[in-house]
Amino acid sequence: MNAAAALEFDGVSLSFDGTAVLQDVSLRVPRGGFVALIGPNGGGKSTLLKLALGLFGPDRGVVRVLGTTPAAARPRVGYVPQFATFRRDFPVSVREVVLHGRLGRRAWWRPLAEADRAAAAAALREVGMHDLAARPIARLSGGQLQRVLIARALAVEPELLLLDEPTAHVDTRAETGLFDLLAALRSRMTIVMVSHDIGLVSRHVDTVACLNRRLLCHGAAPLAADALQRLYGMPVQLVDHRHGSPALAS
Amino acid sequence: MSFLQALVEHEFLRVALAAGLLSAVGCGVVGTLVVVRRITFMAGGIAHAVLGGMGVAHLYGGSPLVGAAVAAVIAALLVGWIAHRGGQHEDMLIGALWAVGMAVGIVAIAHTPGYSADLMSYLLGNLLMVTREQVLAMALLDAAMLACLLALWRPLVATTFDEEFARLRGLPTLALELALLVAIALAVVVLVQAVGLVLVMALLTLPAATALLASSALGRVMLLAAAIAAVEIVAGLALAFQTDSPAGAVIVLFAAAVYLGALWWRRQRAAAARQRAERPLSEPGAGVPDFPP
Repeated sequence: MNAAAALEFDGVSLSFDGTAVLQDVSLRVPRGGFVALIGPNGGGKSTLLKLALGLFGPDRGVVRVLGTTPAAARPRVGYVPQFATFRRDFPVSVREVVLHGRLGRRAWWRPLAEADRAAAAAALREVGMHDLAARPIARLSGGQLQRVLIARALAVEPELLLLDEPTAHVDTRAETGLFDLLAALRSRMTIVMVSHDIGLVSRHVDTVACLNRRLLCHGAAPLAADALQRLYGMPVQLVDHRHGSPALAS
Repeated sequence: MSFLQALVEHEFLRVALAAGLLSAVGCGVVGTLVVVRRITFMAGGIAHAVLGGMGVAHLYGGSPLVGAAVAAVIAALLVGWIAHRGGQHEDMLIGALWAVGMAVGIVAIAHTPGYSADLMSYLLGNLLMVTREQVLAMALLDAAMLACLLALWRPLVATTFDEEFARLRGLPTLALELALLVAIALAVVVLVQAVGLVLVMALLTLPAATALLASSALGRVMLLAAAIAAVEIVAGLALAFQTDSPAGAVIVLFAAAVYLGALWWRRQRAAAARQRAERPLSEPGAGVPDFPP
């Protein structure tokens, strides 16, 4: 099944309460790809990730993940949600959160094995959070918490890593660190991330997919300015953080 | 006569104390989950629906304990289903269940022929009237709850922390959440007999909220909450005995005072830490303890 794409959407449409969220989206992410999904808020980016996770099914079309159905692929998919899905003041340590990534690898009532603790420790080392393993998550900065969530997804030992707005809560320095980390990971896994920060992602990923209900463009980064204009309905200027001066995408 | 002397002389006080301490265990453990999961309102809905079951059981001459247990489990599953279904009216539906449960109980109690149970005793309970059988039932319930908690610890914590992620890892999160609600319901049933609805709500929330101010490890919060609840119950019982006041109400007021005190202590500590952080490093004395040894 190695020939199968990591992620494949074929003519997928979905609506909530009569409002179309995704319309006829077809997208193929090959194994080893590093893809950013960009687009305006409400453009269906997070919805696309949730379809890939099988949290709900499409109205029309087919979603295939790692050559199988989204639900069947879940044990091999790591997911980094936005912060909104849990409470930051929950009394739990960094190590505990990362160990949650090891759940579901065996019957859920069985205790954790030594291999699970080792995998969680390795994931924490990989994101550079090993020293803070005992710290409660309530006392982490936004960038640190983001790293912990990535470590939790890495503890799954995934073949496909899905990230929902990983740069939303971190400062510019942490953003750069995040992309260095993802660049190191991509030799082992396919990465699909949702972002609204076009300027930032287009420098790091190899493909950008623009989503505003429909898949408006899908191509190699960086994007052409006219594609961005079609996506947002207005001229868009890309700010290159690297040089600190505005530069047009074209 | 002091409380300690009375404790030695009167068995009913020792039974009351045992019931109080067993309540503390249940409340500390279940209450911590209620507070961190922010489902106090759901727990309240379930607790008050229990009154309906007890009233109806009373009216038809059944055992109030059985009526309460049936009502509690039905209410827990109903609340779980409402929450799972989501939708805009979740809090309204739980509020309605709360009110309807109480109304059914009040009507049923009013129509019970002969000696009618006092409504107030259901609301505020009477720790001093607890029987040995009830204490035994409470001990069994506590033991069962702790055994389930130990067996399900990690899946339950993962689900409580981030349900979506837990579901993606293949955990039966709906079943775990319903199990938690049923555990809350059963805790309420046994506790209501001893300490009344109002005290159950107070013990499910205040000791856990107090413990959360002092610790941020879930297991430690549970132990601490149980210990705080135990101290509050014993001290409240003693205070009620000395001042000839209703025990349940005194315990509630005492628990609230402890929570406010802990909140104040936490604020003071945070303010002191801020002050230390703001002091510039070049200033003499920076980084040195305020009071040298």
